[in-house]
Amino acid sequence: MTAAEIRTLILAALALGVAALLPLTGSGYWLGLGLNIAMFTVLATSWALFSGPTHYISLATAAFFGLGTYTVGLGFETLPYWSLVALAGILGAVLAALVGLATLRLSGVYFVIFTLGLAELVRQVITWAQNMSGQKGLYVLTDITEDHIYWQLVGLAALVYLVGWLIGRSRLGFALRIIGDDEEVARHSGIDTARAKVLLFMVPGAVAAITGAMLAPRYVYIEPALAFTPMLSFQVVIMALLGGAGRLWGPLVGVIPFAILWETISSTFPNQTMLLLGVSFLVIVYVLPKGFVGLIDTVRRRLSNREGWT
Amino acid sequence: MKRRTTLKMTAALALSSMFGGAALAGSHSADPIVIGAVAPKTGPLAGGAAVTHWPNIRLWAEQVNARGGLNVDGTMRMVEIIEYDDQTNPGETIKAVQRLATQDEADFIIAPFATGLNIAAAPIFARYGYPQISVSNITDQVEDLASKFPNMFFTLGSTSAFASDVVRILSEMRDAGQLTGNRIAMVNVADAFGIELAAAARPLFKEAGFEIVYDTSYPLGTQDLSPVVKAAKDAAPNAFVAWSYPPDTFGLTEQAIIEDLQVEAYYTAVATCFPAFGARFGAQAEGILGAGGVNPDSEAFKEYAAAHEAATGAKPDYWASATTYASLQILEQAIEAVGLDREAVSAHLKEATFTTVLGDISFNENNFNEAFWTVGQWQDGVFRGVAETGREGASSVRVKSGWGS
Repeated sequence: MTAAEIRTLILAALALGVAALLPLTGSGYWLGLGLNIAMFTVLATSWALFSGPTHYISLATAAFFGLGTYTVGLGFETLPYWSLVALAGILGAVLAALVGLATLRLSGVYFVIFTLGLAELVRQVITWAQNMSGQKGLYVLTDITEDHIYWQLVGLAALVYLVGWLIGRSRLGFALRIIGDDEEVARHSGIDTARAKVLLFMVPGAVAAITGAMLAPRYVYIEPALAFTPMLSFQVVIMALLGGAGRLWGPLVGVIPFAILWETISSTFPNQTMLLLGVSFLVIVYVLPKGFVGLIDTVRRRLSNREGWT
Repeated sequence: MKRRTTLKMTAALALSSMFGGAALAGSHSADPIVIGAVAPKTGPLAGGAAVTHWPNIRLWAEQVNARGGLNVDGTMRMVEIIEYDDQTNPGETIKAVQRLATQDEADFIIAPFATGLNIAAAPIFARYGYPQISVSNITDQVEDLASKFPNMFFTLGSTSAFASDVVRILSEMRDAGQLTGNRIAMVNVADAFGIELAAAARPLFKEAGFEIVYDTSYPLGTQDLSPVVKAAKDAAPNAFVAWSYPPDTFGLTEQAIIEDLQVEAYYTAVATCFPAFGARFGAQAEGILGAGGVNPDSEAFKEYAAAHEAATGAKPDYWASATTYASLQILEQAIEAVGLDREAVSAHLKEATFTTVLGDISFNENNFNEAFWTVGQWQDGVFRGVAETGREGASSVRVKSGWGS
């Protein structure tokens, strides 16, 4: 480990520690916003772990998220909550592996369409099972408060960053960067591209399922339309791209301004929320095609150039 | 581009401040009472909220301000409504309720729309001590929810009552000879409420001696319902019961007309009571049973319906509209009785009896209004309540005789 890496680790640990203090401010409003930011940070960062290097755009977040929510909803009365969060992670990883094996041979737009359909597929399967078993409405009534959920999410974020950092340093991360650059070359170099992609796809799958499981007590009442909302998948992609999917910290710099923008628009223009959000998407794509990471890099380069001249 | 944005912003500001503006215009010194409202304006439930939820909030605020506001400890104070769109997303509902409680410092918050969004917001209402007089929140977990969220009130009824009253009405029709047999065809939309209702009804039908000759479900959003109706018809039932949602309530009925489904009782659940349903099917709607109902002959309802149409340009539906309005009347009477202290208002809600458009309403030890409408029927172009759990003015049920022409 180099000195720079140790410094980054310490800084990251400090940042997480500061983030974990938010519930102590006692402001429910900021906690609510922070919880939203933490949730999307976890989802967007884990999404970018896979989609960043491989350039496979996955719209399956809602499928895994809903799977996790339903794991808690269905198992809540028989198993302790903590085991369900872990179980959700395992189920998410298994589903991701199955999906990966079946579809990661698909490329480009076919993969995107499949992942979009996956949320609907999982939703229909779960609804069917619920309907067949005559299972009534799912209520997750717990003593878990927003404070707890927030801390869980911050902990999960720490884990995601750690995993992302380790993958970046590993042979797997190296293999994926090669796949992202040219899959053909990667295969010729002896990399088992399918295995690498499936392994990595399991990370966002498990993380999104765990996130869904963690948020189930917040929603209390679990219904398919709410657990599998396709909106979630798109939000995650937009936030990750707004930040920049090429860096581990990229999605974070997208999530924070986006969550604040979303909140500002929702509170200021309650009658035009969706309209203005759509307009903001267009503006963002037009003005910031490379996301905030691209913007930061450009600014940095200009600064260093200027230094070079003087 | 610039001019357009400016126009849009101006329009947005004008819209969002319409009620605030109206409220402020008449007030002199007293600050308005700030009342928050969160419900879908976009997303899957926006259509339902646009029929039963938002118009009543507008109507109520207009009426209250037209009479000079609410009497709070001897001072007349106007009401100002702050509206937020939750995009039919529970995360947004939670955020908006939190925003109302902490940023806008609303004096009271009107309960959100639909079961899932109401229950998701309940912990926030509870944390900040806001009474939550919920309407479109139908559940069988009233006891658990009320003990967990002591300020949550239930006005519209429970899942099991809606299922059991359909069984009761059909049993009565059979005993009166209106149904000439025991055969029931039952279908349900495979989604939360539809599954709950079907699961509750299945054993009840059997207990009552009915034979379920056809029992199936279809996914939410199914466009082609003709196989469902055809198969139901083949089973030659005496009664057809569909635990359906708004789009399929219309879709099933259209198919039933096309297939000329001959039954003596025909029931579809949610949205059968919408004026749009009566308008869509006209004379063919005659005799169709559905969830909900009101007593359309009561003076209180007639007066309310006229005011609703005058204020919003649309007729109220024959079920949750009036209950939504009643929930606001309850809030209004509680505020006038004990002032703006939310704890006192909640305590008053548990004890007092309120005079509303539906008649008197009070809450039991589980904050549950026990007297509500459960089944209604289109009769001569009006959707009349035919079954209730303690409301006055139920009409007698009629046999469905064909689909007219």
